Amino acid sequence: MSTAKMREISGRAVVVRGNDIDTDRIIPARYMKELTFDSLGQYSFYDQRFDASGKSTDHPFNDPRYRDASILLVNKNFGCGSSREHAPQALMRWGIRAVLGESFAEIFAGNCSAIGVPTLTVGPEQIEQLMKRVEAEPAAQLHIDLESRILQAGDSSLSFSLPESQAQLFLEGAWDTTNTLLEGLKEIQATAVHLPYVKEFPYDRSGGNRSAEP
Amino acid sequence: MGKNLLRKVWDLHKVRTLPSGQDQLCIGLHLIHEVTSPQAFAMLAERNLKVLHPERTFATVDHIVPTDDQNRPFKDDLAEQMIQALEANTAEHGIEFFGLDSGLQGIVHIIGPELGLSQPGMTIACGDSHTSTHGALGAIAIGVGTSQVRDVLATQTLALNPLKVRRIEVGGRLPPGVYSKDIILRIIAELGVKGGLGYAYEYGGTAIEALSMEARLTICNMSIEGGARVGYINPDQVTFDYLEGRRFVPKGGDFEKALRYWKQIASDAEAEYDDRFQLDADALEPMIAWGINPGQAVGVDQRLPVLKDLKPGEREAAEMAYDHTHFQPGQPIKGQRIDVVFIGSCTNGRISDLREAARQVRGQKAASHVKALVVPGSQEVAEQAAAEGLPEVFREAGFQWRKAGCSMCLGMNPDVLVGDQVCASSSNRNFIGRQGSPKGRTLLMSPAMVAAAALAGEVTDVRRFSQGGEA
Repeated sequence: MSTAKMREISGRAVVVRGNDIDTDRIIPARYMKELTFDSLGQYSFYDQRFDASGKSTDHPFNDPRYRDASILLVNKNFGCGSSREHAPQALMRWGIRAVLGESFAEIFAGNCSAIGVPTLTVGPEQIEQLMKRVEAEPAAQLHIDLESRILQAGDSSLSFSLPESQAQLFLEGAWDTTNTLLEGLKEIQATAVHLPYVKEFPYDRSGGNRSAEP
Repeated sequence: MGKNLLRKVWDLHKVRTLPSGQDQLCIGLHLIHEVTSPQAFAMLAERNLKVLHPERTFATVDHIVPTDDQNRPFKDDLAEQMIQALEANTAEHGIEFFGLDSGLQGIVHIIGPELGLSQPGMTIACGDSHTSTHGALGAIAIGVGTSQVRDVLATQTLALNPLKVRRIEVGGRLPPGVYSKDIILRIIAELGVKGGLGYAYEYGGTAIEALSMEARLTICNMSIEGGARVGYINPDQVTFDYLEGRRFVPKGGDFEKALRYWKQIASDAEAEYDDRFQLDADALEPMIAWGINPGQAVGVDQRLPVLKDLKPGEREAAEMAYDHTHFQPGQPIKGQRIDVVFIGSCTNGRISDLREAARQVRGQKAASHVKALVVPGSQEVAEQAAAEGLPEVFREAGFQWRKAGCSMCLGMNPDVLVGDQVCASSSNRNFIGRQGSPKGRTLLMSPAMVAAAALAGEVTDVRRFSQGGEA
């Protein structure tokens, strides 16, 4: 499957404040009983958006002013915890195209990248300023340029970090890694056959075993 | 300067450097389960791709299985659909599946080591963040998302950013009543839940070397809770003794060959590290993670933190934790009433965990207001426990003895907290809503501490109950 080149992302932003927002909060596990990712958008931050009686809270994802937002602004260690790709999938299907924050959990950032949602990092003061601006003016349009690593908000701009390796994936439309990896098929097989546990002492598949612990 | 295990394994499995600058690494073992694989198989079908090396992928079912009534079809239709999808996908692609009738089913991170699939010097991937568990055997084990599950199925490789390595040296030896769970909770409390970003954690030192393999698995399991995607322990005689004779481990002359590789793959004595951290096991006490992330933890004799004593970043997190838990800043954690206890999970659902918990409760009764659950991590663990009479010990103490699965660790099956119940849990995450109730509260601790809490009906010091401890 070919993926599109991506250089710019523009749109409104939505602010979800707080450090260490884990993937269980982004999507509670009970909504992961699905065979596809298609319907996950509605479950984004579900338990933060609705109280025990099902009443809407004041979570930003419930705020109509942010409904069309495509850029998510967060703080530190966003997406920590479970490796569930359901978390970025839910955000993407809600409409998020890029996440900008102070730092991201590693598996989450990798999962975002794999589905074409860049995770961009900026310093604490910059994110605070930007959050304040968006909260004051939710209709503000932000423009992200992945090549120059510049975010433009009205007349002000700030530069964000994005590792070169990731920037290349988006700019070249190569963020869906399967094709790229398959291009190395010959080298894969060459490496695999020389692994000692493949070549010299393969798994015993005769089915014998002993019980759990001596 | 020598090389550490991560570098050696990385170099051996590296296929090439990708245009992006990432490395393409061969994956020696791929473990899959019902939650993060169906979408990956669907993506393969969309692209007309097949599984490149089905013989290096193994499947089991754990997250959604009910632990009481496992008759098919499951009462929960969505759970039934998920297990059916896994059955169909594994059959279609020729992947070995340890299903409910195999006698080998269990939590994926319990059965990998148990069956001898996970071995030193391997690269291991699984669509689950607790894949770091397998690092206890000296493997580089990486938790991935579903798109990367697709990558491994289609190419037997992953695109990965290089990792730095932090050596975590745990000196001294554990006092009685203090366990490997307490070591890892202390490490996370010290280094923080994001301290491990960009790092693999290599655990070593006298206290780690003295641990059994099962106790080591608990430590590596929670590496990800400290932000480290990978955690490992160098293979040694404990590792080799654990593996010898297990189902998939090579036997006879092949085992000798394996031993040679396993010994040479360990970090060199003079290996280089990007960072180091030290901890003294002698000074450790039983730990309780009380807040809304596993780093918010205190010793059993400590009081919960007072906000003004905390650094700004930690203060906000603690405020959120108090907002959720309704615990009082400065209150002693000992004496906190609990409603539910859960012994199980990929962190602490192994036979040694159940033995240790059983030792606490034998001949005693759980407090009458406490709902207590014991869930073996696998069918083999359940079988071994039955052979030792543990189910009776637990039942007589008022615990429910269940069938193998992830159970109350994550709220994807019928075992969930209700309302704002407080749960003493041997699992790995105390995130808001983690145990299935948005208002539920989770206290993470060792299985022995959980067992003691069940008897007392409140958080108590297991050292008061026993003088035992892990070797």
